[in-house]
Amino acid sequence: MLMETLTAALAKNGIITAFVFVGVLAWLSYWMSDKLTRGYVHGSAIAITLGLVIAYFGGLSTGGSKGIADITLLSGVGILGGAMFRDFAIVATAFGADFEAIKRAGFVGAFSVVFGVVLSFAVGAVTAVAFGYTDPIAVTTIGAGAATYIVGPVTGTALGASSEVVALSVAAGLVKSVIVMVGTSFVAPFIGLNNPQSAMIYGGLMGTTSGVAAGLAATDPKLVPYGAMTATFYTGVGCLLAPSVLFLIVRALLN
Amino acid sequence: MVVYGVALLAFCMLFGTYLGDLIGTLIGVKANVGGVGIAMLMLLVLTNLSHRKFKLSPPTESGITFWSAMYIPIVIAMAAKQNVIAAVSSGWLAVAAGALAVIASFALIPVFSRLGREQPANDSEG
Repeated sequence: MLMETLTAALAKNGIITAFVFVGVLAWLSYWMSDKLTRGYVHGSAIAITLGLVIAYFGGLSTGGSKGIADITLLSGVGILGGAMFRDFAIVATAFGADFEAIKRAGFVGAFSVVFGVVLSFAVGAVTAVAFGYTDPIAVTTIGAGAATYIVGPVTGTALGASSEVVALSVAAGLVKSVIVMVGTSFVAPFIGLNNPQSAMIYGGLMGTTSGVAAGLAATDPKLVPYGAMTATFYTGVGCLLAPSVLFLIVRALLN
Repeated sequence: MVVYGVALLAFCMLFGTYLGDLIGTLIGVKANVGGVGIAMLMLLVLTNLSHRKFKLSPPTESGITFWSAMYIPIVIAMAAKQNVIAAVSSGWLAVAAGALAVIASFALIPVFSRLGREQPANDSEG
């Protein structure tokens, strides 16, 4: 009876349960950062990685697609970590950002978005060809998935790709966002990711909003608004270019 | 009042999302184009304006800064709800396509940073 009542209370107050869950996870991660790495690996980087590991086991136990949020008890994590709260918090980070820095990097930031879409698309498309795909629609859809996991299915649906290829494109986008989430803080020192301008370029080249959001949080939270600013244009640009210009180029090249 | 800050933030996000959806529809794309970016610019402009004319009171500011501080916890929750299984068990094509795209993009960040600094308009460090 005790357990049933507790479970019901936690499930009924989903977001509140999520606050406790994230709070405990953050505390544990900052403690690990301090004790195990002496602050070398940032606490939020550990927390995000732990979150992904937990999501893995959540998916393993439920067979669902929403990580730990598929467990009824922790369904609130799905709301707290969903697009609505994520975007709300991202917008809030703009408060106090340096408007001049954004204006200065505006042009190269915008350019990096277009270039980033084309680059990721090209890499994904070439990979698909290397794995034996020759159908322009499949190659385009997988290339689009390498941009983000939203551009992939949007492109695939527009072109009429098979559901297997669409699933593959989503997976490519997921792999990309997970690597960006975990990898950014480790490569940041080598690529000069330490100022607003390079953060805007980073957001524009990577484009995965969740990857960029987590990657910058783990690297330097002060850089979040600059990277998020450009990244939010990426998916839109990708959905514009991939099923149109980029598809025509792929078709011309493969035929 | 704290709620003024929260409401201002919420208004910016809704307005940006609406504009982003409109842009998407106008150019015939089934996606939101830059909604969050537009909302961020709007918040920046509005709060900078009010700094000059009518300063935001500290409680109002805290309605915005609270959500800014909640950003990392929200990102942690976001990580915990990702479809990691699908990413890990999707076969080598998806892994290769995703990983190579990231590596290529990372490699170009220093190149673009240099490009940005060489622009005539950018005389100071970005």
